Amino acid sequence: MFKRIIAITTVLAATTTWAQAQEVKVGVNLPYTGIGAEFAQLVDRGMELYLKVNADKVQPYKITLVKRDVKDPSGANAKIAVQELLTQDNVDILAGWIYSPNAIASAPIVTAGKKLAVIMNAGTAHITTMSPYYVRTSFSMWHAGYAMGDAAAKTLNAKTAVVGYTDFPPGKDSLAAFKRSFEANGGKVVDEIPMGGAGAVPDFTPFFQRAKDKKPDVFFVFVPAGDHAAAVVKTFAALGMREAGIKLIGPGDITQDTKLQAMGGAAVGLITMHHYHADLDNPENKRFVEAWKKEYGATSTPDFMAVGGYDGMAAIVHVVQTLKGKVEADKALEALKGWKFNSPRGPIMIDPVTRDIVMNEYLSEVTMKDGRVFQKTIGQIDAVKDACKEQKIGPCAPK
Amino acid sequence: MIFGVDVASMLLGGVAAGMVLFIVSVGLSLTMGLMGFVNLAHGGFAMLGGYVIVQAMNHWGMGFAVALVLGFVITAAVSVVLERLLYSRLYRAAELDQVLLTVGLVFVMIASVTLLLGPENQPLRLPLALQGQIDLGIVKYRTYSIVLIATGLLLAAGLWLAFERTQIGAQIRAAVDNRRMAESLGINIARLFTITFAAGSGLAALGGGLGAEFLGLDPQYPLKYLVYFLIVVAVGGLGRVTGVFYAALLIGVLDFVLKKYLPQGGTAFIYGFTILLLLWRPQGLFGGQAR
Repeated sequence: MFKRIIAITTVLAATTTWAQAQEVKVGVNLPYTGIGAEFAQLVDRGMELYLKVNADKVQPYKITLVKRDVKDPSGANAKIAVQELLTQDNVDILAGWIYSPNAIASAPIVTAGKKLAVIMNAGTAHITTMSPYYVRTSFSMWHAGYAMGDAAAKTLNAKTAVVGYTDFPPGKDSLAAFKRSFEANGGKVVDEIPMGGAGAVPDFTPFFQRAKDKKPDVFFVFVPAGDHAAAVVKTFAALGMREAGIKLIGPGDITQDTKLQAMGGAAVGLITMHHYHADLDNPENKRFVEAWKKEYGATSTPDFMAVGGYDGMAAIVHVVQTLKGKVEADKALEALKGWKFNSPRGPIMIDPVTRDIVMNEYLSEVTMKDGRVFQKTIGQIDAVKDACKEQKIGPCAPK
Repeated sequence: MIFGVDVASMLLGGVAAGMVLFIVSVGLSLTMGLMGFVNLAHGGFAMLGGYVIVQAMNHWGMGFAVALVLGFVITAAVSVVLERLLYSRLYRAAELDQVLLTVGLVFVMIASVTLLLGPENQPLRLPLALQGQIDLGIVKYRTYSIVLIATGLLLAAGLWLAFERTQIGAQIRAAVDNRRMAESLGINIARLFTITFAAGSGLAALGGGLGAEFLGLDPQYPLKYLVYFLIVVAVGGLGRVTGVFYAALLIGVLDFVLKKYLPQGGTAFIYGFTILLLLWRPQGLFGGQAR
């Protein structure tokens, strides 16, 4: 009898240690409620979709997502959530971050916690310099902003621009990126308009009226995607700015796929620079969009945020496989530096020096095709690095 | 001439924004003035109305005008149910209890709407005739703003007539000025309050639908704009239709002008303005003497 008990206990102990070795806990921080709830859902679905479609690539390990709600872009709640994920849930990897202020506020905790932290959206350029454990699978504001400044001057032949931006870190970043390359190419930014915060969608009419009075060739707008973007396009059309000869341009936030169809004809003619839109013509994206619609409904669509989550989870699975389920931060970083992946947005790589993403940028124009709003790719720049860190500008310079 | 066009388009934009504030806030002012009830869930009724209106247009194929009427009716009906079931129990309670109830109600509304329709913004597509620009002679401006101003003026005129020229309006005015005296004269305050509450919530619903073009429509709506509605009521004074009207116009135009010319600080300026104003006149710019 005694022998039998010992035998059973040994077997039990053996199986539990075995099971533990197999499980990797990923602590996800996203604004599941509040103004960012829609974004959280997109990133969350992107992550879940990768795990579902690539179940065989995850084997024999088990990835468990521990999800925490960070509620808002204030930073304070995200900091608490990240701390709790580290100290209470003992996660192996951190992931998420929709809003830049949240990633900025969490940085010291991430550094102290010594866990790999995958940023799946927040785009302020210098965030990745704030903690050595940050790896970014989304984008930097400079990817699109800097490339757009270039394209505005060279491709769109614009001489003058007004920049309107949401007054928080990525907005200022986007302004700086656009201004630098636009003015380096002979353009002139004639006015810079801060247009309220990220926490609530303002009425854009007064800001746009101001921009219209300046009569620029192009009006470069950065606002967080989502409701801000829908309001921007609506106001632009309603104030007759296109008829006044002004082109609305910006990063792809203003033509977020999830909002594009509802914008309808008002969006036609918008020109954006971004690393992803659902109409991208490549086999990987076709598979991705198809899997998404099958999973979440024919009327739903992925967007750049969903891809940030999808690719982020691909990076995490790569780490888990490389390290055979035992995730240590330093080895995980080594595994990700120079990691290449065939993403729905085209080929991507994690820059071994900056831990930020290297990817293609697409210049797109909104058109109508078969009765639906369609983003037509009119230009492409391959393997774009974050110009802010490449040129060591301001806070992007290594400390 | 350019200057004139500039001023005209600025005024039109500001007045249109003010009209939305007026339509939403007037009910809040009346119910607060009448019963001293702090209804922080007022914006919730605006949101509910907006949602009904958008649903009616997008899913049941109704026209904008019909949907607005439906939004008014449904929201007013819902508000009466809530008033009888919940609000009426707390009329004599302390202000803090009222605040707790109504804030709780806001959270219930936010959660229910999120659960039913998701967290995203509800796109309200205006009829084609209301989109685009209209030429007013001196200036070309967005058609919808002009329509909004006209609608706001009509509603304000209608409310003013109802308030100043009807039996029930006289009763409301009497009750706002001196509730005890009005009660002792045999005016049924509870019934009066129910009617005002329903009408106020219905108007808020109209505001939610009419204003969706500018303010958007999502589950966070009642909290996002609560401060603006409260500012209008505080500046306009409690229980005054005309006061709320002028206050809404003032706030709308000031906010617009400051955002346009001082965007660096203009978004926060309105709060500073309200603080200074209330220090100077605690009863509001157009309110009567504090009792």
